[in-house]
Amino acid sequence: MTEAINAETLSATHILEYPYTRSVGPVIGRFLAGLRDRRIEGVRTAGGRVLVPPVEYDPRTGEPLSEFVEVGQAGVVSTWAWVAAPRRNHPLDRPFAWALIRLDGADTALLHTVDAGDESKMATGMRVRVRWRESTAGEIHDIACFEPEAS
Amino acid sequence: MSEPVTSIRRPVRLEYDFTAGRAMSRFLLGLAEGRILGQGCPECARVYLPPRGTCPTCGVPAEEEVEVSPRGTVTTFCVVNIPSQVLVVPVPYVCANILLDGADVPIFHLIQECPIEEVRMGLRVEAVWVPAGELKATFESIRHFRPSDEPDAAYDSYREHL
Ligand SMILES: [Zn+2]
Repeated sequence: MTEAINAETLSATHILEYPYTRSVGPVIGRFLAGLRDRRIEGVRTAGGRVLVPPVEYDPRTGEPLSEFVEVGQAGVVSTWAWVAAPRRNHPLDRPFAWALIRLDGADTALLHTVDAGDESKMATGMRVRVRWRESTAGEIHDIACFEPEAS
Repeated sequence: MSEPVTSIRRPVRLEYDFTAGRAMSRFLLGLAEGRILGQGCPECARVYLPPRGTCPTCGVPAEEEVEVSPRGTVTTFCVVNIPSQVLVVPVPYVCANILLDGADVPIFHLIQECPIEEVRMGLRVEAVWVPAGELKATFESIRHFRPSDEPDAAYDSYREHL
């Protein structure tokens, strides 16, 4: 609804929303189904690299990829950025880190969140472990976040 | 291995504050009084609706307030067959550009109280307002337009405004 910001000028909150439904394709479709079963799967290239999340084609050779492999549920933070003041649409409602996480058995890193509590607990090279959401649905948020692995 | 996931819902949402500015605010406050206010250009005498405070043709301030009529002429229109989540009007319905008497720019609004096949270029229409107690500073104060039972406007009367 409009409200006056002074005697002459009005202001109102507008919402622009598109309710997209996205087709995910066979490879991400299988990856998401794996998350629903609390498994994290990547895909192996002819050269032996394991890509997580999986892609349909080898980014180096363009070859189609179909050999799925399960990887570990813990891994190493390769880079991160601290979010001190999460916004409404962020996956966590408290300060957290966006991080690239190379899971055990994978050669590429997955972008996700680390619930570390405080920026001082974050470090490149730290080990983190997946925390699953209570009920899974076949989407990336089935991984609620990663958390620092107890040392 | 359970069934693969085939699609995911990914709504894109943008929530933002729109500030109307002085000219548009005058227009909105006019609607709250059941009046439709444009602004006239001092050089070319065109009346802009909704007003923007300037004349884009002459490049000069255009701040003279001009009240236009709640009656006007359908210039162009389209029949909408796709339902919208935000507009609770059953499909098919008609949206039209309506050149209000006294204005030089048509406004866009719903045509109701009329079979869709009777909507045509030149159809004369009038604003149907919400009840007086519900008037607010929003375009929704005009519920829709309906035929005003006047003879159709001649094409020459709106050909410069298409
Ligand atoms: Zn002008």
